[in-house]
Amino acid sequence: MAQITLIEGVTLALARAMQEDPSVVVLGEDVGVNGGVFRATAGLQQTFGDERVIDTPLAEVMIAGVTVGMAAQGMKPVAEAQFCGFTMPMIDHLMCHAGRMRNRTRGRLSCPMVLRFPTGGGIHAPEHHSESPESLFAHMPGLRVVMPSSPSRAYGLLLAAIRDPDPVIFMEPKRIYRWQREEVIDDGEELPLDVCFTLRDGQDITLVTWGAMVKETLQAADQLEKQGVSVEVIDVATISPLDMDTIIESVERTGRCVIIQEAPKHCGLASEIAANLADAGIFNLLAPVKRVCGYDTVMPLYRNEMKYMPSVRRIVDAAQQVLEVS
Amino acid sequence: MARTVAAFKVDYFQFLGPDGKLVDSQHVPNLARDFERLSELYKLMVLTRTFDKKAVALQRTGKLGTYASSLGHEAAHVAIGASMRDEDCFAPMYREYGAQFYRGVKMSEVLLYWGGDERGNDFSGPRHDFAWCVPIATQCLHAAGAAMAYKLRGEERVAVSVVGDGGSSKGDFLEAINAASAWKLPLVLVIINNQWAISVPRSKQNSAATLAQKGIAGGLPSIQVDGNDLIACLWAMDKAVKAAREGKGAFVIEMMTYRLSDHTTADDARRYRPQDEVDAAWEKEPLTRLRKYLISQGAWDEEREAELVAECSEFVQEAANEYLDKVTNDPQPVTAMFDYMFAELPHDLAEQRAYAEQYPEDGGHH
Ligand SMILES: Cc1ncc(C[n+]2csc(CCOP(=O)(O)OP(=O)(O)O)c2C)c(N)n1
Repeated sequence: MAQITLIEGVTLALARAMQEDPSVVVLGEDVGVNGGVFRATAGLQQTFGDERVIDTPLAEVMIAGVTVGMAAQGMKPVAEAQFCGFTMPMIDHLMCHAGRMRNRTRGRLSCPMVLRFPTGGGIHAPEHHSESPESLFAHMPGLRVVMPSSPSRAYGLLLAAIRDPDPVIFMEPKRIYRWQREEVIDDGEELPLDVCFTLRDGQDITLVTWGAMVKETLQAADQLEKQGVSVEVIDVATISPLDMDTIIESVERTGRCVIIQEAPKHCGLASEIAANLADAGIFNLLAPVKRVCGYDTVMPLYRNEMKYMPSVRRIVDAAQQVLEVS
Repeated sequence: MARTVAAFKVDYFQFLGPDGKLVDSQHVPNLARDFERLSELYKLMVLTRTFDKKAVALQRTGKLGTYASSLGHEAAHVAIGASMRDEDCFAPMYREYGAQFYRGVKMSEVLLYWGGDERGNDFSGPRHDFAWCVPIATQCLHAAGAAMAYKLRGEERVAVSVVGDGGSSKGDFLEAINAASAWKLPLVLVIINNQWAISVPRSKQNSAATLAQKGIAGGLPSIQVDGNDLIACLWAMDKAVKAAREGKGAFVIEMMTYRLSDHTTADDARRYRPQDEVDAAWEKEPLTRLRKYLISQGAWDEEREAELVAECSEFVQEAANEYLDKVTNDPQPVTAMFDYMFAELPHDLAEQRAYAEQYPEDGGHH
């Protein structure tokens, strides 16, 4: 049993999936010899050879299109995009083909692919490396969008994503790639997709988040607990389709909710969750639902990127405002 | 029975060999004797290399973010800059500093950009030039669009864009070629073939004999030059830019060079690249050969070299100081991210801006 990081959880899941299923193929820019720019695929080409871990030409449209083609013909391609910003050219194939292959062919063909890539800011990377585009993908019917927030969830959710018969967008919060170590047993056990994980039980307020913001949200929960507030923290994990049942059940109990996301506020997942809470008509809701988000601006270059991202103070303040309403 | 309906070839040009001697001296272009121009460009090449070294040192000491080095590309870059006029349009990728310095972009501005400060993009080079472009190859289409604008307005202006060997695999590059061919655009597309796209070698981008021939497939005249030979690069650029300006359409130039550095400061090329290949490439690098040539022609000497080296390091140090002073003593406030989103700040953003002012502290630590 090893204490591993989130990114090592990714590597471990890839190796396990490739071992158990010869149709699993990893492809992308620099994934082979170099083992990926973040080393997520380190060692895989040595183990599985260059026909199963493929260094591709530099062309994201090609990677996406070829991945769709391979998947539709019975392979299980796991493609990597180097950074979130470079998935934009892939959207054509994801939206127009991957997400609708099963529906379009009335189940005759499907698209059991995974597209994984690092997402979010906070590592002082250049332009286009630090966005949080999960809502873009969640807006596309037919795609699953998954974001782990711990080493064990990276391992378990990626295994589930690869085994899933439909396309999965697997977004890796790179700011916490090496934040935390956790004991992960490489037993091939997957974790369920399409459900939230409750990270902490509480009675007074529900904080809902996902990806790297789990870190600040847990820190905010600590601070609030010190002030005598009992905080429930939910990690959404699967962004789409969304498990509202867990969130609604929690907010029905606590009566208060703050949703925290790094992505811009406008049309983000936080808005979706808030709308669903409104829809659920929770009669014991004690205060308006609040969102703490990134701004509706371009993600700044690195000197200001940390100011863009929700701070613990922003989360605590929002929670207190919600708690003050009686 | 088959008959040939089209046949093609790709020519390779080199005028100045790695030993600093002219290759086939009878056929070299006149500019090989223009020692004044060559010396000026040599100086800029040395300055660019000095800058590069400083930028890497700043990154290593935590004063700069990830930086993309131009080590080994100086001849190609400087030639691109020198072939253009102010009113032309440059759509760079992210490491063509030599071209940008020629066009008037300040070193401190380049440092600001890689130092994570948007003000670097508000540069004092030609104001209509595009900013550094991180998404690979998209700049080729912007250059095609700029060329289209000049053509539609009947202006004698040329757009020049640069793409890497890796970037030549992207549709954007091929689509720019196609658009330029369809509309006979005043566009010059330069492939800086430095043999590596991060860890992926040229041989894995495709199995074509040249990358220049992609231009031919699209219907454009396309050549290869020694990208470490300033004379060849300059000759090719001058010729292509002139043709474009005269309305003869677009041109593709593949400049054969080598990336002597890591891909960026975030990369470690030792993981994937053999050291003997790098050592061999140093034998062909562009500065030494031009210096040898100029010295052999009596157009340069060791004394001037020593002066130049001292001047360059002083100049670069001043730029670094300017940059460090700005980010330390005049940093962008948190509100800077709102100020250029729209011509006028919309109500919703104004509210977010006011809120952000109350939270100037950092979130999301790693
Ligand atoms: C669309 C896109 N995909 C991936 C990247 C990440 N990336 C940055 S530079 C690079 C390699 C570029 O190689 P090449 O085009 O040969 O130019 P070079 O940097 O060698 O000059 C890659 C893959 C990117 N910037 N944009």
